[in-house]
Amino acid sequence: MQKGLSFQGNRNGGIVMAKKFLSGNEAFAEGIRLAKPLVISAYPITPQTTVVERLSEMVADGDLKSEFIHVESEHSALSCAIGASAVGARTFTATSSQGLLYMAECLTYAAGGRFPIVMMNANRSTALPWNIYGDQRDSISQLDSGWIQAYAENAQESLDLALMSYYVAEHKNVSTPCMVNLDGFVLTHTYEVVDVPDVEQADAFLPPFETENKIDFDNPKNLAFSAGPDQNYIFKYNEHIGVINAKDVIKEAEEKFAKIFGREYTGLIETYKTEDADYIIITLGSVAGLVKEAADNLREEGIKAGVLRIRYLRPFPNEEIAEAVKNAKGIAVLEKDISFGNVGTVYTNVNSALRKNDVNIPTSNYIGGLGGKNISCREVEDIYIELKDDRFGIHFLGIGEK
Amino acid sequence: MALNAKNLNEEEFFFGHKACPGCGGSLALRIALKVLGERSVAVIPAGCMSAVSFNFPQLCFSNNAIISTFAGTASMLTGIEAGLRAQGITDFQAVGLAGDGGTADIGIQALSGAIDRNDNILYICYDNEAYMNTGMQKSSLTPYGATTTTTPDGRVIHGNLRPKKNMFEIIAAHDIPYAATASIGYINDFMNKVEKASKIKGTKYIHVIAPCHIGWGIKPDITVDIAKEIVDCGLWYLAEYENGEYTLNRRPKEFSDVGEYLRRQGRFKHLTDDDIELVKQSRDRKWEFINKNFKTTG
Repeated sequence: MQKGLSFQGNRNGGIVMAKKFLSGNEAFAEGIRLAKPLVISAYPITPQTTVVERLSEMVADGDLKSEFIHVESEHSALSCAIGASAVGARTFTATSSQGLLYMAECLTYAAGGRFPIVMMNANRSTALPWNIYGDQRDSISQLDSGWIQAYAENAQESLDLALMSYYVAEHKNVSTPCMVNLDGFVLTHTYEVVDVPDVEQADAFLPPFETENKIDFDNPKNLAFSAGPDQNYIFKYNEHIGVINAKDVIKEAEEKFAKIFGREYTGLIETYKTEDADYIIITLGSVAGLVKEAADNLREEGIKAGVLRIRYLRPFPNEEIAEAVKNAKGIAVLEKDISFGNVGTVYTNVNSALRKNDVNIPTSNYIGGLGGKNISCREVEDIYIELKDDRFGIHFLGIGEK
Repeated sequence: MALNAKNLNEEEFFFGHKACPGCGGSLALRIALKVLGERSVAVIPAGCMSAVSFNFPQLCFSNNAIISTFAGTASMLTGIEAGLRAQGITDFQAVGLAGDGGTADIGIQALSGAIDRNDNILYICYDNEAYMNTGMQKSSLTPYGATTTTTPDGRVIHGNLRPKKNMFEIIAAHDIPYAATASIGYINDFMNKVEKASKIKGTKYIHVIAPCHIGWGIKPDITVDIAKEIVDCGLWYLAEYENGEYTLNRRPKEFSDVGEYLRRQGRFKHLTDDDIELVKQSRDRKWEFINKNFKTTG
């Protein structure tokens, strides 16, 4: 049974769109249904639960033919997915926060083994103190695990990323697992009208999972081996290249996606009024909608404000960011993350991107939304004002400049 | 017909590895894979057997094999079994080959989960009674009194103070379709249990004693002898759990001398006569339980 309203949309350019009123988690589950993973293994954790509840309903109702494995921990969830991927099965898992950290050992394992598992992570604060609300310290702490990391802004993008992730992860030039991040509650539990593609469209978009990186009874393999100092670095370099190759494959996937579904995406970043902007806020996830609103407000006051939303933290959009902000007078990175003893990790990455591309503009870091603290439109507008007033630095929303 | 050395598969699946001469664990793996054959998919966690056999480009399994995370033997087996079955492939045996630490300590959560789901997998624990790969540290299957590098014979504390965890009955308490104990000292019993397990649907568990001569402080040419003696002196036993019942497969007419078994091993050389008496008493309590609760076939 579907939650919420559901109706068939207009026949539009030959595309039948089923419009449904879905939360981010439910939209993601619809995307996974269309991707047809053969094995789903998951362990419940707030605020991820509704995506796996929805998927288990689909399996129970026969709408999705998957083996749904009720594992006993997140470590087992990903270990099980690795096993399934190692026999050539498309797999899915989902987690959040402490669960992501609990499976951390398996994150590098899946990436190093080049198993293209797709995982949804509901971004949530990490203990201590305990907190179930959204920030991005969980996934950002795992940036170096070798996974592709995407960040959705809304429920529609969540569904679309669910489908596109498999296309990218399983591509032979990539063969790398992909983590799609949805802000806890703000996105996972917020309802929006979402276009749900039909099965035929999804099948036309997403080819079956084919790989040689799997066990084979005709030609037995020994997988997940040790490699000593003389070979190890070669495997690691290849792993790096796999993630880098995702850049081109994401573009390819989005072009094919646009042709079939009529929705266009813009690769590793999305820009909003950056072309002529003097001041740009770089951010990621669902807060981007608010930042766009703040930028519009400031443009009404004559301040040329723009927004750059990072859609993928890995592979990191170094050139894309540098190109988009190079003519600005100042930029700020607004992120729900802090690397204690330093600054926000997104800020570190952005500064590195600018330096590598010889873009010398002043930058600020705004750390906010930790533990689910609301970020207000006024606070975002103030960021633009502070950029305009040349007040650059490291700022903690609610606390001040430090 | 029961399997024996004459009719066992001549093909080898685990060879060319770097295990020590006289290694009990590698013998257990070799025999298990000869029984299970080319359609087995082996999952080996971090530990001796993966360390000696999985060093790229020297890969020593001629069947499909994969290393799992240390804690993830059973959960990876689950994924392999489900992934193959979902593709319509059913003529295979997913088999886990994990040590005592990988099974009774770090891997017990995943193992318990797999048994709870009754996943169609075979899990073999080769028990050498300590973390031998990392240099002989205590595991929960290290027996009372044994010295390891983390339970040394110190001035105040003399070796391991805790008894061996009762994995067989812990596993049986899940009401698993089939569980068995074995020893490489009784290799025919072991190979026949592997074969029997491979024909049962659902989760199967075999716990095989496989001495590590370095860790136990014995000569490499008595590994099999000592694995026989541990059964003969009653500190280990050959049994099965099936259909809710325990069966004892071998009942020694009288136990051989526990003291002699212990004294042969460097890891027990510090034990006093009183310590040995304690070990005997603990053995006798165990056998009271066995005599009361286990059927007998042997």
